[in-house]
Parts: sequence; C-alpha cells; structure tokens
Amino acid sequence: MSFIKKPNARHPNLPKNKLGLTRRDYEGALSTLCAGCGHDSVSSAIIEACFQLSIPAHRLAKLSGIGCSSKTPTYFLNKSHGFNSVHGRMPSVATGANLANRDLYYLGVSGDGDTASIGLGQFCHIMRRRLNMVYICENNGTYGLTKGQFSATNDKESKSRKGVDNMFESIDLAALAIQLGAGFVARSFSGDKDQLIPLIRAALSYKGFAFIDVISPCVTFNNHAQSTKSYEYFREHNEAVGFLDVIPENEEISVNYAEGKSIEVNVHDGSKMLLHKLNKSYDPGSRRKAIGKINDSRDKGEIITGLIYLDQNEEDLHDTLLTTEKPLNQLKKKDLSPGLKKLRQVNKSFS
Amino acid sequence: MKPTKISNPEYFHKVVDCQWACPAHTPVPEYIRLIAAGRYTDAYMINWESNVFPGILGRTCDRPCEPACRRVRVEDEPVAICRLKRVAADYKGEIDDLIPTAPEQKNGKKIALLGAGPVSLAVARDLMPLGYECKIFERDPVPGGLMRTNIPSFRLPEEVLNEECDRIINMGVEVQYNKEIKSLKEFLKEDFDAVFVGTGAPKGKDLNIPGREECDKNIHIGIDFLASVAFEHVKKIGKKVIVLGGGNTAMDCCRTAIRLGGKDVRVYVRSPKVDMKASDWEIEEAEMENIPIYENHVPKEFIHKNGKLKAVAFEKVKAEYKDGRRKLIPTGEPIEIVECDDVLMAIGQDNAFEWIEKDIGIEFGEWDMPIVDRTTMQSTLPRVFFGGDAAWGPENIITAVAHAHQAAISIDLFCNNKSLKKRPEPHVFLESTKMGLHEWSYDNGYAEVDRLAVPHADPKVTLADRKVEVELGYDDRMAFEEAARCLNCDVQTVFEEKRCIECDACVDICPEDCINFIQNADEQELRENIRVPALNLAQDLYVSGKLPTKRVMVKDEDLCLHCGLCAERCPTGAWDMQKFFYFGAQSHDGCKK
Ligand SMILES: Cc1cc2nc3c(=O)[nH]c(=O)nc-3n(C[C@H](O)[C@H](O)[C@H](O)COP(=O)(O)OP(=O)(O)OC[C@H]3O[C@@H](n4cnc5c(N)ncnc54)[C@H](O)[C@@H]3O)c2cc1C
Ligand SMILES: Cc1ncc(C[n+]2csc(CCOP(=O)(O)OP(=O)(O)O)c2C)c(N)n1
Ligand code: SF4
Ligand code: SF4
Ligand code: SF4
Ligand SMILES: [Mg+2]
Repeated sequence: MSFIKKPNARHPNLPKNKLGLTRRDYEGALSTLCAGCGHDSVSSAIIEACFQLSIPAHRLAKLSGIGCSSKTPTYFLNKSHGFNSVHGRMPSVATGANLANRDLYYLGVSGDGDTASIGLGQFCHIMRRRLNMVYICENNGTYGLTKGQFSATNDKESKSRKGVDNMFESIDLAALAIQLGAGFVARSFSGDKDQLIPLIRAALSYKGFAFIDVISPCVTFNNHAQSTKSYEYFREHNEAVGFLDVIPENEEISVNYAEGKSIEVNVHDGSKMLLHKLNKSYDPGSRRKAIGKINDSRDKGEIITGLIYLDQNEEDLHDTLLTTEKPLNQLKKKDLSPGLKKLRQVNKSFS
Repeated sequence: MKPTKISNPEYFHKVVDCQWACPAHTPVPEYIRLIAAGRYTDAYMINWESNVFPGILGRTCDRPCEPACRRVRVEDEPVAICRLKRVAADYKGEIDDLIPTAPEQKNGKKIALLGAGPVSLAVARDLMPLGYECKIFERDPVPGGLMRTNIPSFRLPEEVLNEECDRIINMGVEVQYNKEIKSLKEFLKEDFDAVFVGTGAPKGKDLNIPGREECDKNIHIGIDFLASVAFEHVKKIGKKVIVLGGGNTAMDCCRTAIRLGGKDVRVYVRSPKVDMKASDWEIEEAEMENIPIYENHVPKEFIHKNGKLKAVAFEKVKAEYKDGRRKLIPTGEPIEIVECDDVLMAIGQDNAFEWIEKDIGIEFGEWDMPIVDRTTMQSTLPRVFFGGDAAWGPENIITAVAHAHQAAISIDLFCNNKSLKKRPEPHVFLESTKMGLHEWSYDNGYAEVDRLAVPHADPKVTLADRKVEVELGYDDRMAFEEAARCLNCDVQTVFEEKRCIECDACVDICPEDCINFIQNADEQELRENIRVPALNLAQDLYVSGKLPTKRVMVKDEDLCLHCGLCAERCPTGAWDMQKFFYFGAQSHDGCKK
C-alpha cells in the first residue's frame, strides 16, 4: 500500500508492441497488497505477457473470486473487462461469459483458498469442461486476506508463522488439473519472471483450459523459516523441467538445442511453443508420466516447475457443444429465429 | 562490475544533477524544499553560504544547473532553480544575526584583493570570519564589477546588488575605491601576505573593418557602452541602432538601447541563430521586446558620409559543418546595406594584463594569460592568486564564486604554511527519511505540473525606464507549485543487499524501470542487458554485491524520480530513501584539523 500515485512519467525508451503501446499501458491501479507480496509480481508478469502478445485491452476479460490474489485484477489491464465474483465462484462466471462470447481472452486469477477450498468443486468442473481460458492460481499456502489460516495447498510438513503444525494432507493443484482434463498445465514461481512470462504467453495462446499454479509467497503470513511456500524455501527446492519459448507467428526460431532436448508445438493461433527440456527423458505429452513426475519430485522434496503437461489437441467446450461461432451479442434476429418454413419442417419431422 | 562504492561522497553527489553541475555545488533540492515549506530565510542562508549572492544570482545566474536538471530528461523542462533562488531572497526575513562576523582579534595576516567584482568580494567573505584583514583595491567608485557596470538594472536592480555587496563589505573589509593598480611589481612591494587578482576581463573586442576609425563617434564597444549607461554618462542613443554579436552582452546592449530611445534596434549575428552564444532565455526576453535578430550576416564595412556613420554593409553567409567545425560560406547574394545611427559592438571580451610585468615571477602561457593552477588558483608566484574572469577569461558570476571558495581555501592554507594540494573534505551527511511504512520526511509524490512562467511587469513601464525590473518574480503560491516539481534528487535510493529477498517488488513498481536483478557483467554489457538499456553514459549504474541467487541489483540512476516507491514496496527495508547532504569545503574547513 502506498499513499502516492504511481507517477505517469515513464522511460522514454520503453519498447513498444505491435499496437504501439508500452508495457505501462497495460498497468492497472496501484496495488494495495502488502509490500513484497508475490501476487504483485504475478500481476507484473501478466502485464508483460499481454504487452508482448499485443493484446488489445478490450479483447480480454479478467475474472476472479475473493482473496488477496483475487483482488489483483484491479492492478493490471485497467482497460480490460473485469468481474470480481464471489468466493470460489469465478469458474461459473467465466463459463457464462465464455459461452456468451468465445472471441475474448479469458484470464482467471484465483488463490489457493479460492481454488482448493471453497471453490474446489467449481474448479474441477471447469477443467472437465475444458473451458477456453487461462486460470492462474496464486498459491501461497494460506488464506492471506483473512490473516493467515492454513489453506488446502499448505504442505503437511509446513508450520504456521506461530509454529503450529498443519494437520492435513495438501492438494496438488497441478496433478489434479492433469487428472481432470486441463490441456495445459504448468507450475511456476512469482519470483521467476523469466520462466513465468513465457508460460503466461503460451497459456494465452493455447486453446482449451490452461492452468498455471504459481507459487506466490505471502510475505506477511507465510514467508517464515518453517514455511514451504517462502521465497527462500522455493528457491532451494525448485526443480525446473525445462524452459519455454513462445515464438510468434511468422517469426523464425533462432535457438538451436541439442537433439531430443527440445519439443516444438504449433499452437492454434499460429505461434509456436518451443520447450527446452532439462531432462531428456521427460515427456510433457503424457498424462501418466506428468503426474508421475510431480509425485517423484514431491517425494524428493523438490517442487517441479515449468510446463508439466501439454495436450496438443487443443479442444475446448465450444468444440464439444458445437455452439455458434458468433458471440451472442452479435447474433441477429435472423440467426436466432429460423423462420416459419424451418419451423414447419422441424414440426413435420415429429409427425 | 564491482559493487558501487556509495561511501565515496562523489557517487551520490553526482546523482544530484543540479548540485553537481553548479560550480559552487549549491545544495539545490534542500533549498527548494525549504522554499516549499515557506522557510525562505533558511533557504536564503543555505544559498548565501554556498553561492554568496543569492539575490543577484536568483536573477542573473547563467544556471548551468538547469540544463542538468533531471526533470529535463524526465519531461523536458527543468525546475526553475534560479528563479526559486530569487524567491528565497525576496521573501527572507531578518538575517543580520545569521551572518558570521569577523573577529575583533585579527590573525595578523593581510590580504590584498584587486578589483571589487564578485570574485574578490566572495574571497573576502570567506576570509573575514577567519580573522584576515582584507583590503580591496578598485578602479571604479563602487563595488560589484561587471554585475554593476554591465548587467542592466532592468535585470538586476541596484538595491539587490547593494544589499549583497554591502553585507560583505560591512564585515569590515577595507575598500579603496578609484584606485587602479597600474603596476603589480610596485604593488607587491606593499606589505601583504597574499595578493588576489580579481580584475576581470575588462577589454571589449573591436572589429577592424573599413570605416571603423572614421565612424568612431557612433561605434561603441558593448561593455563600455553598458558601463557608461550604468554610470549615467550615456543617457540616450540614436533612433536606428545595430547591435553586432550573438552573446548575452549583445542581448543586454539591444535591450538597453530600446530603453534609451532606440526605435529601430536590430541584432545582427554572423552565425545561424542556433549557434548563438546567448542563453535561450536571454534571447527570448529580447524577442519579447520585439527586437529582431538577423542571422548569417557578417559585417563588412561601416559606411559613412561627411564623417558620420550612415549604415553597415553585411555579407550574407551560410554555415557548413565539417568534422565538428563550422565554416561560414558567403552565399553570393548582394551585399546588404542597413542604415543606422549607432552601432554597439558586442563580439567578445579579452583580458588585459598590461599592468602585470613579465619579470616578477608570474609566468604567462597561451593567449598571454597567466598560468594558474586549476585547483588551487595559485599563480607561479606563490603569494599571488587569480580568480573570476581574470583567471581563464570571461565566465560568469557563479564560476567566479566557485573560484573564490577555492582561492580562499588556498590563501588560508598558504598563510598557515600548509600544503595547497591537500584540499579539505566536503561535509556530507546521509540519513534516512523514513517516518512510517509509507511516510517520508520529504514529499515523494511526482508533481505533474508544467514549469511556471515568471510573471513580467507591464512592458510599457519597463521599456520606458531602464531601471524598472522586468521580471516580477514568483509569488508564494507559484513558488510552492514550482518547488513541487523538484524531484528531490538528493534523497538517495540506498540499497542494502543483505536484506533483499529478491521478491521483485521494487522492479515491478518502479515507474522508470530503473531497477534490475540480473547476472553481473562488465559495465558495457550490463548497460545493454538491463530492462531498458542505459544509453546515457553520463549517468552511473548503481551495482550491488552478489545476492543469494547469484545475481546483482543494477540500478540505472538516469531517470530515477526519487519517488520512493521502491522503498515503499520493499518488504524488508532493503531499499531506503536517505537524504544526502553535501556541502563543499570552504576556507574555514582548511586548517581545522
Ligand atoms: C554585459 C554582460 C552581462 C553579463 N551578464 C551576466 C549574467 O547575467 N549572469 C552572470 O552570471 N554573468 C554575467 N556576466 C559575466 C559576469 O559579470 C562576470 O563573469 C563576473 O562579473 C566576473 O567577476 P570578476 O569578479 O571576476 O570580474 P569583474 O566583475 O569584471 O570585476 C572586476 C573588477 O576589477 C576592477 N579592475 C579591473 N582592473 C583593475 C585594476 N587594474 N585595478 C583595480 N581594479 C581593477 C574592475 O573595475 C571591476 O570592478 C555578464 C557580463 C557582461 C559583460
Ligand atoms: C463465502 C465466503 N466465505 C469465506 C470468505 C472469507 N474469505 C475471504 S478470502 C478467503 C481466503 C482467501 O484465500 P486465497 O484464495 O488463498 O487468497 P489469498 O488471500 O491467500 O491470496 C476467505 C476464506 C468469503 N469472503 N466468502
Ligand atoms: S496478506 Fe499475504 S497474500 Fe495478502 S497481500 Fe499481504 S502478502 Fe499478499
Ligand atoms: S525512487 Fe525507486 S521506484 Fe522511484 S524511480 Fe527511483 S528507483 Fe524507481
Ligand atoms: S523489494 Fe526489497 S526485497 Fe524485494 S527485490 Fe526489491 S530490494 Fe529486494
Ligand atoms: Mg492464498
């Protein structure tokens, strides 16, 4: 929280994107979160990713539930559509919006409480349905907004700030997502923008349900020595599975990686994803192996990050339901009412 | 890069762009904050201590600080540093009790100061409180040098000049007026421990083209003309006046001429207008008084009839630039004849040291100028020092003041038999401005306000009387608003790497993208690798030691707004906003230790 407004003055040499905008044109209001909160870094990564993709602000809708994390859409893309919904109910609102207008980018931002506790049911079903959206969970292992209770993603071996043990097993959201049908599943860290920004870009370019579990430390309630979601713990236990490059349409791939170590994926929007694996045997195309990898790392006390699972089919809910291509608000009376002749035909088919 | 040594006072000093650029290193942001707080007397005193003539300089300074102002890089227009100084002078309270006094008990050393211009006066001010007996010898009947004889009253009213000259003289300086020193050899026979030469560069350049001698009656050397006006020997001028030259003297000449009855006053410059030496604001003021400036005109002849000046013949040229050098090439257009009654020649000034004999131990170098040490101001004759325009040719008042401080330090060291090479250290303080989670003892908000224009008096009145000051100065409201534009560059961003948890909060919030956490490299590489490449090589990179992730913090100082947002967003206090106070050493610091 700051009392002064962030100055409008900006660096004259800031890079511009295809729309002639700078990163700062994608900013939102000044954050009211605690200084040093990981969530602010995620906002900044979202800003950078949208800037890099030259997304026109009015073509994106940001949605959230309740929590410090869910407050953050106010702090980025202040010219985009936004809906700050009820606790754990962002998926329903996203589903409604997406069904009504499939032409927008949908970016949901939630927290581990919002997602894994009160919203767990909604979260599961939105993944089953493969709604075309990016769902970012800013995972700090705690209910930050309500002052630091354990959340369902808090590891069992982690203690509260006051030294109290966590009694319950934790939910691994990435594993859950892979199991329930999410096509793009990644994990990252708020403090590693080099990894996070390409992941958000790839997720936005992906068609289908893209989930990013972002470890995002709560400096106030869960950044102490016995926490497993602190800046320090994460940095010591991070195991990246690879680097991701997103190459826009019509751009050459300039880096060459050793054979067997990189995977090239064409994304439906024309861009390419280039995944450089750190481990040759790792295969992000297999659900089984991806879940296995998550479990293995966990057993070793590591947190795996990077693009963990990718379904190249890129299918979404509209494909399943065979819904209209046009956004509902663009449908004319002609599209909605097929006319008397057609009606008679339909009626006749029943006789 | 190696971690930045912020313990070296010059590192943060350089971040305070204005103070760094000021020859006397006036603590600019400090006095601007005092003005914003309505503490005009305190603001005046800080100025007085460092630049000696705040009222005068607040109206006339060449302001090297303003082009250097960070605001120029951030949004184009500098803070009106100079005119804010005037505010301090205009609204200050009683200050007599704040001025140091000369001790009754003298230290037994006698110093002679030649000339009563700003440089000698400032040397006297620095030495009097130390117990020196200072005696000034001045050719004119009044003190002030060119500040009185050449800077017109419509820019610098006599009362302001008198007040600040008298304040020094009243410390007990003995002045012998109407005393021109004609032989230094003779003078050195007198019993002085040190002699300071502050006689300026008193000779205006002449132009020897056909007709010069014949028209002598109506061709005047600019600085002599201005002096004659100041001493009221000259009270009027012809209707048609041509001013030759493109410097500040030319601007003062033309503006004086229209106040003495000139109806058609024109300025002719040899070069293109963009190359004119005069400060932009001086040119603006002349143009505001509807004085036309003609560029690319080279005077070729003074045309006369019956022994009277009739016109000036000009050749038209165009400028060609090659390897950074300018050449004026005639365009071949017909010669232009411009009628006139008087010509004012303002084409430069020279030193004149005919009165310094060549055999007394003072060595002369290039351009027949005495050899003077750049740091100590000492000549090759140890007890003779130089400063102001006399040292290296025409400069300005603030440079003269800066010379004076150094000369005073040297004279004091010299009189105490100490080495002149060992200069006293500046005074520096660095202290946190933190008052709460996001409260600082300075106003850290960024004021999106355009520079305020200084209001002017009615031109009908000012053009009719050369003694009426053109600028009215800011009122207190305007001063407050303009002061808010200052970015407080002296409130430094101080980074303590031990505290940093590399959360990126500072990187994300910084409005100017100054802060980076990246792999270390050499300077050139770092300059290229940071978020927005640091192309302004005149501004430093602030580099930390290694952090836990093996990266370093690199801050480009260039465009930092000193808004403190990095420190407000830092959860661990790794960034702190600390006020850096720097005050250049003066003579009283020299022999203390
Ligand atoms: C027209 C004009 C306008 C200017 N405007 C500005 C301005 O707006 N701002 C600015 O900063 N600067 C300005 N300057 C420059 C500034 O006035 C000088 O740089 C400054 O006054 C130099 O100070 P000084 O003490 O070295 O010399 P001076 O001011 O020249 O003083 C030298 C003194 O020595 C006396 N003297 C000379 N020879 C002898 C001798 N042999 N014996 C005894 N006494 C002697 C002279 O009478 C004079 O009083 C201007 C200059 C001119 C010509
Ligand atoms: C229906 C409902 N139940 C409970 C709450 C109280 N509440 C607000 S935020 C929150 C938890 C938020 O945790 P998380 O989603 O992890 O967000 P964080 O603040 O940690 O980013 C809870 C329980 C609420 N606002 N609404
Ligand atoms: S309480 Fe925790 S999660 Fe909420 S803003 Fe503060 S640091 Fe961030
Ligand atoms: S004070 Fe800090 S946040 Fe503000 S511009 Fe400077 S480095 Fe950036
Ligand atoms: S905000 Fe503070 S702790 Fe965080 S990266 Fe910046 S200096 Fe380090
Ligand atoms: Mg949480």
